[in-house]
Amino acid sequence: MGSRSFSATVTNRGGELSSLDESLPEPTGAEVLPGESVRTSEVMSSLDHHEKGIPTSDAGLGMTIFDCQDVEVFYGSHQAIRDVSLSFGLREVTALIGPSGCGKSTFLRCLNRMNDLIPGAKVGGHVIYHGQDLYAPEIDPVQVRKRIGMVFQKPNPFPKSIYDNVAFGPRVVGMEGDMDEIVERALVRGALWEEVKDRLDENAFGMSGGQQQRLCIARALATDPDVLLMDEPCSALDPISTGRIEDLMSELKERISIVIVTHNMQQAARVSDKTAFFNVELAADEKSRTGVVVEYDATETIFTNPSDKRTEDYVTGKFG
Amino acid sequence: MTPVTSTERERVRTDLVRARSARSAREGLIKGILVLAALLSIATTTAIVFTLLQQTLSFFGTVSPWDYFTGTKWTPLLAGDQQSFGVLPLLWGTFYLTGIGLLVAIPCGLLAAIYLSEFAKPRVRKAVKPILELLAGMPTIIFGYFALTFVTPTILRGLFGIPVNQFNGLSAGLVLGILVIPTIASVSEDAMRSVPSSLREGAYGLGAGRLQVALRVVFPAALSGIVAALILGASRAVGETVIILIAGGQEPSMTLNPTQSFQSMASFIAATARGDIPQNTLKYETIFVVGFTLFCVTLLLNGISAKVVGRFRQVYE
Amino acid sequence: MTGAQIAANALEGIRHGERKRLAAQLFNGFMYGAIGLAFLALVALIGQTAVKGLPGLSLQFFTNFPSRINPSTSGAQSAIVGTVYLTLLTAVFVIPVGIATALYLEEYADKTRWWNRLIEVNIQNLAAVPSVVYGILGLAFIVRGPLGIGPVLLAGGLTLGLLVLPVVIIVARESIRAVPPSIRDGALALGATKWQTVSRQVLPSARAGIVTGVILSLSRAIGETAPLLVIGAASSPRFNPSGLNDAFTALPIQIFTWTQDPNPQFVDQAATASIVLLLILLGMNGIAIVLRNRYEQRW
Repeated sequence: MGSRSFSATVTNRGGELSSLDESLPEPTGAEVLPGESVRTSEVMSSLDHHEKGIPTSDAGLGMTIFDCQDVEVFYGSHQAIRDVSLSFGLREVTALIGPSGCGKSTFLRCLNRMNDLIPGAKVGGHVIYHGQDLYAPEIDPVQVRKRIGMVFQKPNPFPKSIYDNVAFGPRVVGMEGDMDEIVERALVRGALWEEVKDRLDENAFGMSGGQQQRLCIARALATDPDVLLMDEPCSALDPISTGRIEDLMSELKERISIVIVTHNMQQAARVSDKTAFFNVELAADEKSRTGVVVEYDATETIFTNPSDKRTEDYVTGKFG
Repeated sequence: MTPVTSTERERVRTDLVRARSARSAREGLIKGILVLAALLSIATTTAIVFTLLQQTLSFFGTVSPWDYFTGTKWTPLLAGDQQSFGVLPLLWGTFYLTGIGLLVAIPCGLLAAIYLSEFAKPRVRKAVKPILELLAGMPTIIFGYFALTFVTPTILRGLFGIPVNQFNGLSAGLVLGILVIPTIASVSEDAMRSVPSSLREGAYGLGAGRLQVALRVVFPAALSGIVAALILGASRAVGETVIILIAGGQEPSMTLNPTQSFQSMASFIAATARGDIPQNTLKYETIFVVGFTLFCVTLLLNGISAKVVGRFRQVYE
Repeated sequence: MTGAQIAANALEGIRHGERKRLAAQLFNGFMYGAIGLAFLALVALIGQTAVKGLPGLSLQFFTNFPSRINPSTSGAQSAIVGTVYLTLLTAVFVIPVGIATALYLEEYADKTRWWNRLIEVNIQNLAAVPSVVYGILGLAFIVRGPLGIGPVLLAGGLTLGLLVLPVVIIVARESIRAVPPSIRDGALALGATKWQTVSRQVLPSARAGIVTGVILSLSRAIGETAPLLVIGAASSPRFNPSGLNDAFTALPIQIFTWTQDPNPQFVDQAATASIVLLLILLGMNGIAIVLRNRYEQRW
């Protein structure tokens, strides 16, 4: 990818993509609690002074946060992905799309070394983050996960209070400061504060699925990561909850970089600046299936004018 | 590629490698403690095998293994010519009484399991299952008391008029059976319930009745689990001590007559090994050699059961 | 096909149906008979214990020490106290060791390694070893031999602890396994270390199941007679154990001692002590059920 910048891509939902917007109803009904009128972005601006070290100006735009070179993953003797070379821009949303089993999630889990936890998984190549190879021997994977947050496919709150869910990350990484304040800030950034501020002691299992997922996002934000990895975060949610999370993503993008795996091409088109299309390649023996990157470009280009036939077939719904 | 500023890069770098050694030392220490705990169970087995084997070898230094395994008289506590170390009467007592027990427990346990799994309403099953588990955990000493004070005088002598000794194999065996009914019923019910309901529905669809489905479809499909349950029950009966000690008497015998007194391997150990038994005597060593024999028998039963269950898992999981 | 043949076939079908119905009735008869018989045996067991034991159940039975001469002043204080001490001692030993082993096997052990499989198989086998063999181990290893502490309370607690350890490990593993992997992923993705994940998320989530399992295992330990007989628990002591290094007895041992007495009044005391033992066990099971219902985590 080199140093090409994609900052001038579809960040607003204009042009041809606007039709997709209509499939997304405005948030109404069950999830909107009475009295919720404060827009998340307004609250966020008042909390700006909490942000340490991460510039909020446009200074960083066009820079690269991740530079992956020839990443490959083996599960035992099976090669799950190979030759993945992608670089992600600072404070951009990058979508990874492709058919099932193409290794998108596997690749995503390389970015915060979650694959380390799978017995028999082996990662090759380089994942350069802020100029540092995350797979260098001196790197502590625990510190990596602290800086690079992750949200999973199925909401996975801890069976504890809402407060304890959010406070868990700051506590284990030893964050300093007033915990109440840290929890509030995270919940505000997760667009959940207004809904839950009066019931922080209640068990998170009592929330709706959409709320649980936003809690998981807030929980991930509590440790001030500068990247958020999202593994199909909306696949278990209804359209209204999905819409709220997509809104949230575009707000979060002002400060952090997001990499999102999604099955939903409309979602990729709505939220992302750049899109990488993964596909499955059959090995010569037609038995083992390995994921590769077919095409990586500005989201608009991928969806309107892809250069590869397979990409075109996939985004137009011919397979997948 | 445009990197971020070099100071930011440096900050990230120190952040990512920070505290690694101190933390991994702590995590390693914790893992070490957990490993030690896990090794305790290995140490237990080693200690069991070591102590049993050591005294057994010492025993076989005095008594020939041939005499031990083929002798039909077990009188280790007698003196001089009367003393004999043939283990067969103890093995016979163990398996004969287990056999009487299984004669009671297999039909009762399996029929109860079939009832619970295929005939009972869910409400009944939910009420009966915990009771079965409670019974399976009932102290065996109470069963022993029951055999001695009720089954022998009231049932066998009174109700059936069988001229049994005060200590007899029939009473002990029957109560052994009652003891293992809950185990057999509970474990084989689990096995039958894990038969996929699609199998049952298929049979019902072909016009089979409830009984046919239970006996011709569910029972064979769950057979390996049921066999494992039976072995588990047998293994409990083989290792059971106090029922036989209290109600079965303390005289080893090799007769088929269940009104006589019997001794099993376990009940011999409990009757002989008390805190005051003198060490480094042949009498002391007999406990270990019989204990080792019992240990091997139960290990064998457990091994067979594990094999059977292993096959059973392959089918449904 | 002639009409006669059709009629014959139909008749055969009806007969076949009748045979089937007869078989079903026969089977039902057997089934309910067997269940009834088992039920009757159970009622007789409880009934016999109650009839013989209840008359002796008085406050005095709890406060007096066992007598060898006079059944009317005899009680089971030392046995009840001994059983309570033994239970606590067993718990102190078995809870940390059992949970630590379970955590190692579920969270840390690489199952593809032969030594971890060995530990697992070994625990399965230990669970099947007869309790009397644990008594031999206690006698040769704890009472005498390497530890050599004599037939004291601590020896009883350790022996029973080794006896129920495999069961505790097995139930604790089941509870830990029931915690979904997504909880672990969630905690690790937030920058928690392995131990932070295990100690602050996995273990608390598995707590209810572990506590229930431990209580049920302890109630098994309480009812054991054979290992305590073998290691040499005292019979009918007229004192309570004053420390870990003191002689002790327990309810099952006291029950056994009384069943061996020629005086039938003492044999009845065995039933009274059995009732006390059963009440303790019922209480523990009750606590376990309440805990399970109240704190069980549903996913």
